[in-house]
Amino acid sequence: MSDSSQRFVADHVGGLPRSGIRDFFAIVSAMPQAISLGIGEPDFVTPWHIREAAIFALEKGKTSYTDNLGLIRLRSEITRYVENNFGLSYHPEKEVLVAVGVSEALDIALRAVLNPGDKVLYHEPCYVSYMPSIRLAHAEPIAVSTTAEDEFGIDPDKVAAAWEPGCKVLLLNFPTNPTGGVTERAKLEKLARFAVEKDLLVISDEIYSELTFDGEHVSIATLPGMQERTIFLHGFSKAFAMTGFRIGYACGPQPLIEAMMKIHQYSMLCAPILSQEAAIEALKNGTPAVERMKEAYARRRELIVRRFNEMGLKCHLPRGSFYAFPSVEVSGMESIDFCKGLLEKEEVAIVPGTAFGPGGAGFARASFSTSYERILEATNRIERYLETVGSPAQV
Amino acid sequence: MSTVLQLLTEGERLDTAQMATILDLSEAEVAAELKRLEAEHVLLGWRPVLNPERVEEDVVRAVIEVRISPEREGGFDRLAARISQFDAVESCYLMSGSYDLLLFAKGNNLREVATFVSERLASVEGVLSTATHFMLRAYKEQGHLLLSPTESGEKPAVSP
Repeated sequence: MSDSSQRFVADHVGGLPRSGIRDFFAIVSAMPQAISLGIGEPDFVTPWHIREAAIFALEKGKTSYTDNLGLIRLRSEITRYVENNFGLSYHPEKEVLVAVGVSEALDIALRAVLNPGDKVLYHEPCYVSYMPSIRLAHAEPIAVSTTAEDEFGIDPDKVAAAWEPGCKVLLLNFPTNPTGGVTERAKLEKLARFAVEKDLLVISDEIYSELTFDGEHVSIATLPGMQERTIFLHGFSKAFAMTGFRIGYACGPQPLIEAMMKIHQYSMLCAPILSQEAAIEALKNGTPAVERMKEAYARRRELIVRRFNEMGLKCHLPRGSFYAFPSVEVSGMESIDFCKGLLEKEEVAIVPGTAFGPGGAGFARASFSTSYERILEATNRIERYLETVGSPAQV
Repeated sequence: MSTVLQLLTEGERLDTAQMATILDLSEAEVAAELKRLEAEHVLLGWRPVLNPERVEEDVVRAVIEVRISPEREGGFDRLAARISQFDAVESCYLMSGSYDLLLFAKGNNLREVATFVSERLASVEGVLSTATHFMLRAYKEQGHLLLSPTESGEKPAVSP
C-alpha cells in the first residue's frame, strides 16, 4: 500500500502521538523470556465463579443485544454496590450506563459534553488515553502536573492556577495509574469548591478505588454540591481481574447519561451481554476475593517500594493501585533509555514514565501484581543494572 | 496469624532469605519464627504438592469411611488417635453425618490397602464398619488444577 493514503487520515487523528506503551510493547514482545513488571492488569485470571456465570449465560442462550443502557439487573446491582461502597445514590433506570470498559465510558462522557475548543483540566502523569480522548473530542487538554513531593496527589492551587476561560471539565483519576497517587478529603473538598465556583463538570475515573491501601477512598462525587456535576466512572477490570471482559459503567445526572447513551447506542449499541452477566456475578459475590487480593498486594507493595529505595531509586509508597512509580533520575538517564537498557541488559520490563505524559519524565512504572519470586528477581536485576549504569566508567 | 505464616500460606516457594527480604525482617528472625511455629505444632511439615497423575511410582489411594463407637470418657479421640497411628493413614478426620471418621489412606497396591482395611482397621476394637473408596483419577490437588490448568499465554507483556 502506498503511504499516500495517509492523506485520508483526519488531521486531529494524524496529529495524535502513538501510545508510548505500544512502542515499548513492540520491544518487549520480542523478548518473551523477560520478567515483565509492565502489565497494567492483575497478574491472575478472573475468579472462576465469574467466568462460570458467563459460561452459564452462554448455555442459556443469552446471546442477544441488551437495553442500550445495559441489563436492568446489572444496573440495579451497580447502584446497590455504588451506594454501599461509595455512599452515592443513583437511579438504576436513568442514571447508570453500562459501557465497554471505563475507556469507552470516558470517551463518550467527553464527547457528550465537549464542544470544539472547550478545555479540559486533568492531572498528569496519568492513564495513557486521557489526553488523546480529549483531543479526539475536539477539545483542548490542560495538564496539571502532580509531583513526587505530593506523592502524586493533586494540588488544588495548581488546578486553580491552570484554569483559564473555556475550561469546562475537570478529569480526575484517584488512585492514579501509573503513580498510585490519591488525594485526601481536605484537598478534594477544596477542589470541589473550585469546581462549583467555576461551574466545572467533573469526570472521576475511580477504577482503582477498591485498591486503596491507606485510609478511606473518597469519591469527589460525595462532596457537597458535587453529585449533580460529576460523572462517576468505574469498572470491573482491576478489582475483579476482568480486563478482557471489557466492561465498565458511568453514573451521573440523567441528562448527561442520556447524552452519553446517544453516542453509545449509535457506536456500541450495548456492552456484550456475556460480560454484563459476568459483571452481575462479580458485584453479587466477588467482594471477598477482592479483599484477599488486596491483602496480597499490600505485602508486595511494601516489598517493591523498600527494594527500590534500598537501591537508590527514590520511590513513594503508592497509596492505591498496584503500581510503584520510582524515580530513575539517579541513573542520569532519560526514563525511556533507562527502561530500554534494563530490558536489553537484564531482561526486566518496566514502563517508562513518559508513556504517561511529559510529567512522567525521570520515572518508571512497575506493577507489583505478580509473584514474590518475580518481584525479588526483578528488583535484584534492576539493582545490578543500576550499578553498571551508575559506575563512572560507563557514564 | 504471624506474618511469616501468612506468607507461607500464600503458597509460593521461598527460602528464609527471600522471606526475610519480603517481610523486612532479618534471616535470624524468620528462622526463629519458623522454629517457634514448628515447636508449637502450628507448622507440621514441608511436603511438596505433587501431581498424582505424573508421579511415576504406583501408589493406590483410598478414602475410607469408618463408623466407630464413642467411649464414655474421651468420645472418639482415643480410637481416632489409635487409627491415625497406622502408616497407611495419611489423614484422619472426625466427620458429621452417616459415619464418624474419614481416612485418607495409601498403599503400594490394591492388595496392600485391602489388607490394611480388613486385617488392621476392621479388627480394631470399637470399629463398627468401614467403607472403602479407591481413587481413580485426580482432577485437583490442594488447589492446583490438573486437567485444565489456566492458560494466560495471550496476555501482552506490557499494557497500559
